[in-house]
Amino acid sequence: MDDRHRVTVTVNGAQFQQTVEPRLLLSDFLRHDLGLTGTHVGCEHGVCGACTVLFDGQPVRSCLMFAVQADGHEITTVEGLGTMDQLHPLQEAFRDAHGLQCGFCTPGILLTLIPFLEDNPNPSELEIREAISGNLCRCTGYQHIVDAVQLAAQRTSA
Amino acid sequence: MSPKYVGQRISRTEDPRLLTGQALFVDDVNIPGMLHAAFLRSDYAHARLNSIDVSAARSRPGVIAVYTAQDMGDAWQHGPPLVIPPPTIQNMVFHTRTQVPLVKDKVRLIGEPLAVVIAESRYIAEDALEDIIADLQPLEAVGDLERALRPGAPLVHEELGSNLAAHFFQEKGNYKSARQQADLVIQKRILIDRGIAAAMENRGIVAHWDPKSQRLTLWDTTQSPIPIRNGLAGMFGLAEHQVRVIAPFVGGGFGPKIMMFYAEEMVLTWATLQIGRPIKWIEDRRENFYATTQERGQVHDAEMALTSDGRILGVRDSFLHDTGAYDPYGLTIPLNTQCHVLGPYDVPNYYAETTVVFTNRMIATPVRGAGRPQGVFVVERLLDLAARKLDMDRVEIRKRNLLPPDVFPYNNQIIDQAFAPLVLDSGNYLPLLEQAATRIGYQPFIREEQPRLRAEGKHVGIGVVMFIETTGVGPYEGARVTVEASGRISVATGVGTQGQGHFTSFAQIVADQLGVNIRDVELVTGDTAEFHWGTGTFASRGAVVAANAIHAAARAVRGKILRLASKVLEAPEEELELADGQVRVADMPEKSISLGKLAVLANPLRGAVQPGTEPGLEATDYFGPQYGATAAGAHAMILEVDPETMMVEIKRYVAVEDCGTVLNPLILDGQVHGGVALGIGNSYYEKLVFDDNGQLLNASLADYLIAAATEVPRIEVGHGYTLSPLNPLGTKGAGEAGTLPVPALFAQALEDALADHRLEVVEMPLSPNRLFELLQAAQESASGR
Repeated sequence: MDDRHRVTVTVNGAQFQQTVEPRLLLSDFLRHDLGLTGTHVGCEHGVCGACTVLFDGQPVRSCLMFAVQADGHEITTVEGLGTMDQLHPLQEAFRDAHGLQCGFCTPGILLTLIPFLEDNPNPSELEIREAISGNLCRCTGYQHIVDAVQLAAQRTSA
Repeated sequence: MSPKYVGQRISRTEDPRLLTGQALFVDDVNIPGMLHAAFLRSDYAHARLNSIDVSAARSRPGVIAVYTAQDMGDAWQHGPPLVIPPPTIQNMVFHTRTQVPLVKDKVRLIGEPLAVVIAESRYIAEDALEDIIADLQPLEAVGDLERALRPGAPLVHEELGSNLAAHFFQEKGNYKSARQQADLVIQKRILIDRGIAAAMENRGIVAHWDPKSQRLTLWDTTQSPIPIRNGLAGMFGLAEHQVRVIAPFVGGGFGPKIMMFYAEEMVLTWATLQIGRPIKWIEDRRENFYATTQERGQVHDAEMALTSDGRILGVRDSFLHDTGAYDPYGLTIPLNTQCHVLGPYDVPNYYAETTVVFTNRMIATPVRGAGRPQGVFVVERLLDLAARKLDMDRVEIRKRNLLPPDVFPYNNQIIDQAFAPLVLDSGNYLPLLEQAATRIGYQPFIREEQPRLRAEGKHVGIGVVMFIETTGVGPYEGARVTVEASGRISVATGVGTQGQGHFTSFAQIVADQLGVNIRDVELVTGDTAEFHWGTGTFASRGAVVAANAIHAAARAVRGKILRLASKVLEAPEEELELADGQVRVADMPEKSISLGKLAVLANPLRGAVQPGTEPGLEATDYFGPQYGATAAGAHAMILEVDPETMMVEIKRYVAVEDCGTVLNPLILDGQVHGGVALGIGNSYYEKLVFDDNGQLLNASLADYLIAAATEVPRIEVGHGYTLSPLNPLGTKGAGEAGTLPVPALFAQALEDALADHRLEVVEMPLSPNRLFELLQAAQESASGR
């Protein structure tokens, strides 16, 4: 298939130029072409939310987009938040409140929550639950995730 | 030595890697030259494979190979049975039929693989699947358990002459004569249907045969890397040391990832041996509905005989169990069901009869709970229905039947899944029930709140149920603990980890024994190159069997440290203490040596050592329990039903658990929360829907509903602490407990919420639609139509 397209994408602040097939999913592009494997793929039909990344600051499901659609746009993946030594405050709260178990759904949940907390720095439990209701987690029963978000919100406003 | 870490809410050591996207999952493995596999799967549940033509697929650019069963030649063989039936049960019929790598002649379950394409990319591999022409002649399929056993039913395995996979019974006392003395006999047909585990990470494998080093490496999302290594070596004629199986970070297990050997494990291994290049296969979500094992399908004819004051005289339970098209997992699930019908209760007479049935469905292997939720559902339902008949309080009827704390160890006289007699090692059940009832406010609710809310027209109900969980079964696990020259401690164990926090809870045990900071203890799990003895992570056994092996190995290293330090510091062992990464003479802190320096002394580069000396500060040890440790608990909840939509809102949820010694309460709470969330799915949202041809109608997460944050309530966790006498740490398993009682609890609370409808819930899972139908039926029978 020689119908390939050149895309220029800014991911976590760095610019990448690649030639891709038009059918290449954004999730596969990030994971396999750019090696950013922190973005996880759980269903490839837009339900589980594990592959959520920020697309020009807004959460999108990278399994429901093509890499060519990202041409000229900015993407943030979990690798663009904190580092192991310097966790982002939300990541830190997830660690402290045990907001993850297997950790597979976690990157998508973090990236769903970042713009949510920017818009709503002091959310209620119900608001948090609604905000992550499009992200499935099979391990935690969500409670410690809710606790983590509340902890992050408290620390930020303190 | 008082524990510093065990019992504390320690945040997890593994989290920074997971939170920053730096943890390696199988799909993250990327090796130069790696190829990608896709499987062609049958669209029919039951069909004759007349022919298969892969020539067009083979000639597609980018395709490296396409294989069918014929291509595998002598390497095509059925998977070995994973669990044999207990040899200790008499008069058993068991027909072993195990899965195949690729279908040779007949499709027996929907999604069974027919061919594999190996290509330069997954995209090309999937394109090439479209090029394959498989001539399948559909056969009538069978999914209904009773129909499957009737004469003339389509046969999954023709040569058996029926779909009977197994039949056996177990008996305690004499149910027949107990029934004759009963004042009341409750008799019910109880149905439980299939669901999936739906780990957020689907299964995946990277298989790499390196012809130059003559080594096979397999990254696999398995819960059981060591048996996978041993099995693959045997299957493909390799020495065990030539095979390395790595289960890296695994995105949730919940049971099905213990199954072996999946067709894909056999095919990918064989294919990389042919091609000599690494091959990756990652299951997609739709495949997960067809290619990963499932559970729970059973039909029970159960009865309970009681006295007029609500005492159980006996239970009889005869049930059909759906094993799917093959039965590699033996009788683990139905044995668990049989055992858990007895629950925490004094049941003097019991007759349990199980018929295992082949159907044209995916193989059934344990899913978090593993037959136990069905058993809990049966006994709890019978108790509830008896209480209703006797006009007795639901909590009271349970109190009257609980085993008292002085009967342990209590032998229930039947054989359990570990082939041992079902002996409940320890327990104190009444306080758990009372704690749950008190925390939920059972009495005030039924006396005041419920009448008030009902007067307002609200359909609110409360439930309180109990359960036991047999956990921590053998045979054994092992671990190696090493003090490194840096003073850091490395620990290797054979069990894999799928989110249970082993890197932390196991490190807590070691840090306490060796007096080091927990962050200086590094765990390796699930890599056969690091440790190659053990079985795996299943049956809620990590915190019992693996943790005690680690405890034993850490104690052995502690002994070595003390012996050497005693010589170096010229002080008797009993005057030494281990703290802050140092060995020091108590009261003389200036006389000390760091563990790192001691490790170097234990492994000298020159000089002579005493005969019989082992180098280094390292020990390997094992733990195998005599029999399993029995955890227990009581759950309670209040829910409200919307009479218009039949949607259910859980207002409050209380889970009281007794799993003995708690290694890390933070991790334990998380296990309980997650277990309950799955139980809620099992009760009201998750059901696989098949049509008469065995077609699965809801094979996507848009159609098969997993409870989201808006469906799972806040869960209040309480504890009891009855330590297991069977292991030094006193632990009992907790991984599955949260799931077990939820369907039974849901049923009781629903009946209570809809008490004026005389609703009787004897099936799971329900759904808003199904609840509506049940209410319609109840109304029709009440009005005599």
